[in-house]
Amino acid sequence: MDRMKRIPVREQDPQVRARNFDEVCLGYTAEEAIAEASRCLNCKNPRCVASCPVNLQIPAFVAQVAKGDFVEAARIIARDSSLPAICGRVCPQETQCEGGCILGVKGEPLAIGRLERFVADWSRENGLSVAEKAAPNGHRVAVIGSGPAGLACASDLARAGYEVTIFEMLHKAGGVLQYGIPEFRLPKEKVVAHEIGNVRALGVKIETNVVVGRTLTVDDLLDKEGFEAVFIGSGAGLPKFMDIPGENLNGVFSANEYLTRSNLMGAWSPESDTPIRIGRRTAVVGGGNVAMDAARTALRLGSEVTIVYRRTEKELPARVEEVHHAKEEGIEFRMLTNPVAILGDEKGAVRALRCIRMELGEPDESGRRSPIPVEGSEFEVDADVVIMALGTSPNPLIAGTTAGLDVTRRGCLVADESGATTRPGVFAGGDAVTGAATVILAMGAGRRAAEAIDNYIKNKA
Amino acid sequence: MFRILSKRVLTPSITLMEVEAPRLAAAAQPGQFLIVRAREQGERIPLTICDYDRTRGTVTICTQAIGASTRLINSLAEGDCFTDFVGPLGQPSEFVHWSDERLRGTRFLFVAGGLGAAPVYPQVKYLHEKGAKIDLIAGAKTAKLVILEEELRAVCDRLFVCTDDGSRGEKGLVTSVINRLLAEGNTYDQAVAIGPMIMMKFTALALKPSGIPLTVSLNTLMVDGTGMCGACRVTVDGKTRFACVDGPEFDAYEVDFDEAMRRQGMYRDLEQEKDHRCKIGRDA
Repeated sequence: MDRMKRIPVREQDPQVRARNFDEVCLGYTAEEAIAEASRCLNCKNPRCVASCPVNLQIPAFVAQVAKGDFVEAARIIARDSSLPAICGRVCPQETQCEGGCILGVKGEPLAIGRLERFVADWSRENGLSVAEKAAPNGHRVAVIGSGPAGLACASDLARAGYEVTIFEMLHKAGGVLQYGIPEFRLPKEKVVAHEIGNVRALGVKIETNVVVGRTLTVDDLLDKEGFEAVFIGSGAGLPKFMDIPGENLNGVFSANEYLTRSNLMGAWSPESDTPIRIGRRTAVVGGGNVAMDAARTALRLGSEVTIVYRRTEKELPARVEEVHHAKEEGIEFRMLTNPVAILGDEKGAVRALRCIRMELGEPDESGRRSPIPVEGSEFEVDADVVIMALGTSPNPLIAGTTAGLDVTRRGCLVADESGATTRPGVFAGGDAVTGAATVILAMGAGRRAAEAIDNYIKNKA
Repeated sequence: MFRILSKRVLTPSITLMEVEAPRLAAAAQPGQFLIVRAREQGERIPLTICDYDRTRGTVTICTQAIGASTRLINSLAEGDCFTDFVGPLGQPSEFVHWSDERLRGTRFLFVAGGLGAAPVYPQVKYLHEKGAKIDLIAGAKTAKLVILEEELRAVCDRLFVCTDDGSRGEKGLVTSVINRLLAEGNTYDQAVAIGPMIMMKFTALALKPSGIPLTVSLNTLMVDGTGMCGACRVTVDGKTRFACVDGPEFDAYEVDFDEAMRRQGMYRDLEQEKDHRCKIGRDA
């Protein structure tokens, strides 16, 4: 075996998966996992751990996988993460743990994500329960939002003995794991519901259908409902639009709406009562992971799909793997293209996207070369559905109804490194603080805040 | 949770349900709405809050069966529970922020079209308790569709019922009653219209020359109802707003009603298709 080469992972054939919502990546078998794990150099100073936002003890669990002791591997992971089957699937490992792997200097980095996923899937399939509950310490903490930040924060607090209640505004727990990321990347029942079940097994209570800022306020939680501290992990759920003519035509959707209909409401399945507009030709505007998710969802529903992005492929913010998968499935990419208007028919339904060609100019403050329109280069892209995947910003609902909670100019909650906001006893983390980022960064922020909340309550007592 | 404590069938297609939802009842204010799901695979359906009782911990909703999901809601019986019941959502009516002194003696004109009587009720009730003067026009297609007449009469100064076919009250549209009241010299400080989009559009056209400020409540399509999806986009004063978090109430003279009506019908073709497939075994 060549130590410099990864064990490949099986995937559904692109032609087949372009027409179903089953998972794209099929994961390692036990033999494959053991072989891959045996490549680990077990570094004295593991850079993978340092570059993991939740500091998963990677060499330790990988060593157990190599030995074939998957139970012990699962125990090691459970100390730092309640959501390994999720992280193993959706983390950008190439820029985190795997980006730090020494094997990657001369060859291919260890497939840490696939190994994490293997251990988590194996535990689930074998009914392993690794939840270690602490003795109750009598203190109560409220967590707002059941996405990655809230689940990570709640898990750590529960493991430390706190009585934790998560308040979720939607009817299902999981936040972006539920409404945002599609079934073919992250199965909802098998993976998301199961791992949230593991969080519940730690003693965490989840109350759905509670909109903090409307049903209850942060002050209600602290003053009336008897919680000693509050963690806000409400995410970044507000969609952005371009503010171009025709954006309110019938058939123009935010990626959030399209994905929420398909994922949370299950509109991809005939069982669901929620309708979804299936285009003949769908144009997705944007180049991030959400754009890829929306495009691949529209494709699976039966539409032809084009992704329109104003920079070049090199600048696409989406993970390389997602772009690769999208291309394999037959999605068309039009780079250096920016919409200037959406055109409608006589009934007010979308018929085309008017675009302009772009060229790259000088680097902007983000270091990326900024796109400049090429005058006189306008043209039309045929489309009857347009999906805007331009990013999201935090919902102002909580900040707007909580005195003493400062927000930045971009609407993000102000919080320090530990998650402490400008209001004592109120902590925050994840996209609500940073703006739209990744699942794992939100989990890291949730963990840090859990530690800060623990200190806050202990010092108060 | 979310148990239906009582149900009243107001017309063959409209029901009134009192639902157990203590937190929602404690927080609800006039002008707000809620979202329900009646089954696990069900749609999230936005409904207006018709009444709330903080001591009983209940909220009253009024639903008209117009599609599969609203028919399912209306088929639930006393003792049944909603799968999900969330709110209150949206901004309360602006007058909730007015002082009691300001409200006392303020002259309101309310216009309720069809099911619009339901969301109008808590507003009129609130204002009546604060001592405002209220004229209320309740319009419907026909006598059978006039709802909450006695409840409304009890909380306003004058109630004018009108029906398209004249089977109850005056014959004619709400706009003809508006024009008559204005012609008779009645003046108002504030008007509120809630009902079908088309009725609100024509109410705005009828009232605009009078200069009376008019608020409308927009029943747009929604999914989450909390600002996440943007399905409820409306153009108000040339700008895109979300009815779920910026509204549902807006200055009627600034609303692009034609766009709002067009967007409301976005899924009509799909619903008809689906309806056609699934009719067997359903109540009419």
